[in-house]
Amino acid sequence: MTKTPLQFRHNGRDVALFVDGGVNLLVALRELIGDMTPKFGCGQGGCGACSVLIDGELHLSCLTLAETVNGRAVETLDGLRDGPNLHPLQRAFMEHFAAQCGYCTPGMLMAAKALLDRNPSPTRAEVIEAISGNICRCTGYEPIINAVLAVATSGRARA
Amino acid sequence: MAKHRGRGIASINYPIGMNLGGDPSQALVHSNPSGKFTVSLSSIDLGQGMKSVTRQICAETLGVPVEDVYVDTADSDTGPHCMGSFASRGTHRVGNAVMAAAKEARGVMMEAAAEELEVNAADLDTDGRGNIHVKGAPHRSISTKDVAIAAQFRQGKTISGRGIFLVPLSEVNPETGEMSPATCYAHACLVAEVEVDDETGEVAMVRMDSAYELGRALNPRLVEQQLVGGAWMGISHALFETPEPYYPDPSHGPRDFVEYLMPGPGDICPHDIAVLERPAADGPFGAKGPGEMCANPVLPAVANAIFNAVGVRMDELPITPEKVLRAIKAQGGARPQARR
Repeated sequence: MTKTPLQFRHNGRDVALFVDGGVNLLVALRELIGDMTPKFGCGQGGCGACSVLIDGELHLSCLTLAETVNGRAVETLDGLRDGPNLHPLQRAFMEHFAAQCGYCTPGMLMAAKALLDRNPSPTRAEVIEAISGNICRCTGYEPIINAVLAVATSGRARA
Repeated sequence: MAKHRGRGIASINYPIGMNLGGDPSQALVHSNPSGKFTVSLSSIDLGQGMKSVTRQICAETLGVPVEDVYVDTADSDTGPHCMGSFASRGTHRVGNAVMAAAKEARGVMMEAAAEELEVNAADLDTDGRGNIHVKGAPHRSISTKDVAIAAQFRQGKTISGRGIFLVPLSEVNPETGEMSPATCYAHACLVAEVEVDDETGEVAMVRMDSAYELGRALNPRLVEQQLVGGAWMGISHALFETPEPYYPDPSHGPRDFVEYLMPGPGDICPHDIAVLERPAADGPFGAKGPGEMCANPVLPAVANAIFNAVGVRMDELPITPEKVLRAIKAQGGARPQARR
């Protein structure tokens, strides 16, 4: 099968690879680039574990054809921390015990980042709305909501 | 057509672990020459926190900082035997095994330290910061690291310990059929408030108030996390989840997360939790375990709250809008009960 050349920004670095037609972004990230932070949950957009940002917008990488991100910027959980320093959301997730088994955590963090990037001081209802596409089976959501709200309110005035 | 509020209560008496074949778990503890300790287990931590809790138990028993203990779990090829992570048994069964192993390792460690300090081991104590000293004379001390080095390279000793926790198999009284299936029980009581829409049959959670008695909470934040997450699972079992919605007819079973329904972040409700500590005589540092019990009281409390709200007794799970509507229709309309 012919392979398609593909170039995009991956967490601030240029990557170039060849993909088979029909390969989705999740497979490209995990198997071709080796970024294992987006998780395979259901493969059909029902769980949010594979969530990534494309040009700053939240997308399900399992439903995104890899070829469609040519020339665009893809952000995953792997790019969230700044060197040895965790992102404020990652710290808040730790402090609020917002992870148990951890499988939903990468997707949750990306959904939360997408929210805070466009709305730095969301209400509780807006946080719920923002993570409603992400399934968590351990935490009961409450600690996750609280962690996101803690980052939203810390250092920023909140409506 | 209206929305009706109702309140229901449920209490739980929950056995810790099982007694089929004795329900044993083993642990091994050893030090390496850096003075750090490894706990080997086959037990599995799925995120419920057993690694953290067994680490605390081992450090406390050895008398060393928690940072000096590493817990290696979930390899049944190399680890000692464990029955598994189920029946709320992890903290209690595995914790007891780790405690026994750490106790034996501590004995060897103190003997090795006694040889280095040329004193009697009974006169030694740990300071919890990585040092062993003569009681009443803190300046006469040696670090656990130096003890480990001495044991390894000079004394020819392994600082190690073996632990098993085995509840003897309960005998059945042939006269009465009576037996003791468990050695300790955790308890819970939960009040659920719901709102039932008699037009759609939908049940919305309004709030929950609960009290859990689970021995000593060895790690209060993990206990809280378990109780919050477990109550969510209780809501899910009560109102949403089922692999066979028309059991025993297997048709219409869910095929994916779009059809296998669970409560989302918008379906949860405020939940006030009180943790009561009544240490168990045979628990590690008095711990029982929150485990499965955190989900259990939600189901009957929700069913009772629905009865209180619209007067229908739901006896099949999950309590879906369809079932609620059929029950209300069969009864000729919603009949709100007296609120207490």
